[in-house]
Amino acid sequence: MTDPVAAPVLEVRDLHTYIATGAGVVRAVDGVSFTVGEREIVGLVGESGCGKSVTCRTIAGLMASPPARSTGSVRLASYGDRNLLDLSAADLQRLRGAHLSMVFQDPMSALNPMMRVGAQIEEAVGAHEKLSGRARRTRAIELMERVGIPVPERRMRDYPHQFSGGMRQRVLIAMAIAGRPKLLLADEPTTALDVLIQDQILSLLLELQRDFGMSMILVSHDLGVIGEMCDRVAVMYAGEIVELADTATLLEEPRHPYTISLLRSLPDVNSQSRYLRSIGGAPPALVDVPPGCRFAPRCPLALDQCREWETELLQAGAGAHTARCWRHEETRREDAWPEQSYESA
Amino acid sequence: MSGRFGFLGRRVLQLIPVTLGITILVFFLLHLVPGDPARQILGQHYTPEAAAEIHHKLGLDQPLWEQYKLFMDRLIHGDLGDSVYYNQSARSLIAERMPATMFLIVYAGVLAALISIPIGIIAALRRGGVFDQATRIGTLITFAMPPFWFGIILLLFFALKLQLFPVSGYGNGFTDHLWHLFLPALTIALAFSTILTRTLRASMLSTLRMDFVDTARIKGVSRTTVLMRHVVRNAIVAIVVVFGINLAFLIGSTVLVENVFSIPGLGELLVGSVSSRDYPVVQGTTLVLAFLVVLVNLLTDVVHAALDPRVTYE
Amino acid sequence: MSVVLGPSGTLLESLESRSRTSRLGRGRITLAVGILILGTMIVASLAAPLITSAKPDAIDPLHPLLHPLSPGHPLGTDSFGRDIFSRILYGGRIDLLIAFGATSVTAVVGTVIGLSSGYAGGWVDTVIMRIVDLFFAFPFFVLVIAIVAMLGPSVFNMFVAIWLTSWISYARISRGHTLGAKRQEYTLAARALGYTNRRVVLRHILPNVISYVIIFAMVDAVGNIVLGSSLGFLGLGAQPPSSEWGVMISDGQNYLLTAWWLSTFPGIAIILVGVGFSLIGDGLADILRPGD
Repeated sequence: MTDPVAAPVLEVRDLHTYIATGAGVVRAVDGVSFTVGEREIVGLVGESGCGKSVTCRTIAGLMASPPARSTGSVRLASYGDRNLLDLSAADLQRLRGAHLSMVFQDPMSALNPMMRVGAQIEEAVGAHEKLSGRARRTRAIELMERVGIPVPERRMRDYPHQFSGGMRQRVLIAMAIAGRPKLLLADEPTTALDVLIQDQILSLLLELQRDFGMSMILVSHDLGVIGEMCDRVAVMYAGEIVELADTATLLEEPRHPYTISLLRSLPDVNSQSRYLRSIGGAPPALVDVPPGCRFAPRCPLALDQCREWETELLQAGAGAHTARCWRHEETRREDAWPEQSYESA
Repeated sequence: MSGRFGFLGRRVLQLIPVTLGITILVFFLLHLVPGDPARQILGQHYTPEAAAEIHHKLGLDQPLWEQYKLFMDRLIHGDLGDSVYYNQSARSLIAERMPATMFLIVYAGVLAALISIPIGIIAALRRGGVFDQATRIGTLITFAMPPFWFGIILLLFFALKLQLFPVSGYGNGFTDHLWHLFLPALTIALAFSTILTRTLRASMLSTLRMDFVDTARIKGVSRTTVLMRHVVRNAIVAIVVVFGINLAFLIGSTVLVENVFSIPGLGELLVGSVSSRDYPVVQGTTLVLAFLVVLVNLLTDVVHAALDPRVTYE
Repeated sequence: MSVVLGPSGTLLESLESRSRTSRLGRGRITLAVGILILGTMIVASLAAPLITSAKPDAIDPLHPLLHPLSPGHPLGTDSFGRDIFSRILYGGRIDLLIAFGATSVTAVVGTVIGLSSGYAGGWVDTVIMRIVDLFFAFPFFVLVIAIVAMLGPSVFNMFVAIWLTSWISYARISRGHTLGAKRQEYTLAARALGYTNRRVVLRHILPNVISYVIIFAMVDAVGNIVLGSSLGFLGLGAQPPSSEWGVMISDGQNYLLTAWWLSTFPGIAIILVGVGFSLIGDGLADILRPGD
């Protein structure tokens, strides 16, 4: 595992993204910091609304500025020492595609339905290089072959609705790697796909990551996917990172009660029980954030202090492992947990 | 692409029952007249002999089914009956008047597009800003404005007071037409633009939220290209659909505006023939205008299919 | 609430001021303004005798074409010396009657037809919708003119023409939403419970459909006023010496250069009523259907 401190490809520090809505200001991302190293895959995992997508979109500069505003710093090693949040539109344009790129969740809506697929890929190819029409076309065909689209010369002229879900996602990936970015953001790239196709796409992503030496941020709510793909994982809850560790450690020795509950709620193939464990309650609305730990209302280990003191990411266990919990030393002990009541399947 | 041709083929086939229905409806119009149409037509000059002649001409002395057959038979041969007021066949009257109306409709459509497209786009891009608010208020007022009134106001200012444009007529020659018909076309265009602008703005706003716009941005494509090639290109298709749907409205405005500006078109003919109880001409004009709407709707579908490759799959 | 310091704190503050106006609030304001405008016009028109002593048909050959703001004639007089202000107030009764009378009947009839058609389905639905499509293929205004032409120009015949043709929009809207509601789970639940068809339609589908119908009715009302005044203008609806606004505008055509006020003020009246209805419609849309 690479030492995350030495020459990170991406450094995110104290990132806040707040969004003005009719109901109030939503604190979608509230103080997130992490790094991504060379050739490293970092996972962002959490339930819907925890801020993982917004984090990625903020890094990519895709949060529309009137309702959303961000503070903090996002720095890309390949783009000098500049804070990406301060970039002008022109600089952002230079950055995207060439230094960082993104793959979205729903390939159907992420492709322009009225434009031929080949043209969309060529657009990505031509965004940063001055190439002749023929050269662009050749490159586009190469890319399509690379991501595993059969008969690319013919399929170039097709429209997105004529492709299957998996193929569409390959098109998106082709567009994302066209500029050879150093960093690829993948926002739930397989969630909208069949399980069988999911595997193929994930393998493709791993392959490309190795071949091009890219770093990746992989967003998912699926712990299985995260476990397979990532070197390190950040668990997010209610706009904050609640635990950050390398994958093996996280899965075997989680420290934060939320992570532990998440792992426990995974169905156990071997178990005879008809019941599924789930975490009672729901995440807080991010408009009126309660004081103290945001997970406290649902946490079986919560104490009064948890509801009063602001939380911090504390060093937990050995190595580069942090957890946002005052009781992280006790959480690994069975006796710290009260009697579990199960909810039925 | 066979998919799209198939779609159009089906659309054309669907036209047949519609066209038939239109003829039936127009045919029945005559039978709405309370009492004896001949009496209405002749007025003070009513004599039983003249009435009988009119009955015969209009086919009223036959049973209903025969009348319809006669009507359709004439129609297929292009005969729309004879005017009881002018000494001409309805068909020749209509043929004389058609060019002016067609010119006006196309002119109005073009002007409407020129006005509403930039405004709709800018209003969406600067959502909530001054321009957007002004557009909202503008469309609100314009929507409530009767086209004939607005035409009169334009007439007052630009034709009478400032004398920039002629007060009436159609003119001779293409540029002369453009000059004569500018104010009337503008009147219609403005009313039409209200709904076009609103639709385009809504379409732009919903398109801007779509994922593929983000995909385009993330490729490093310039903002202008993203706007033009992705956002506008997709949003504009919505206008095409609305254009077609509201065309019936457009043609209605034409009738009014021709009246205000004394343009020798189908609208003026229709209104005039109402006053003179010229039933055959009323029927003939209604028929032609209805067919015109059907034709334009078909054209709209063609353009829509050409622009949106998903159309065949609906 | 915790105190948030540092850059994220100022971020919070700067965003808070933006999010305060919600769509519901805007909708209520719009609705209120619309009701205010429309209400004023209605009251002014109905209470005309209380507002002005001038009679709308009082011919005064000594004072034709007086300018607005002349003594006793705030909006001037026309070529017969009739007071424009009172003509507008009294004429409003006709135009407002058109707006309400034509719209309400077509709304009710069209909605009933659409609801029944959509709920019944089958060949009944197909036949009715074919008829609706047919009417839609017609240029609406032309059809109305043709019908009035046949029946003879008058206010009543104008109503008949509108009634015969305008119901189709409502039928289409209510049918569409009925079909949508039919598929919803709450309808299936109601039917599973054995409720009679009538109850399902009235209690469950109708409330859903009605909000769309009402919002559309506001737009339609504006259309009907424009339609009614257009017919009046053409001499096919209200007839002179009526002071229906369209007729007034037509009367003023010959005096455009010399007496612009004859045609201008009635038009402004039409716009005011139209704006009133539109604002009510927009306000209701924001309140009842905030998701759209």
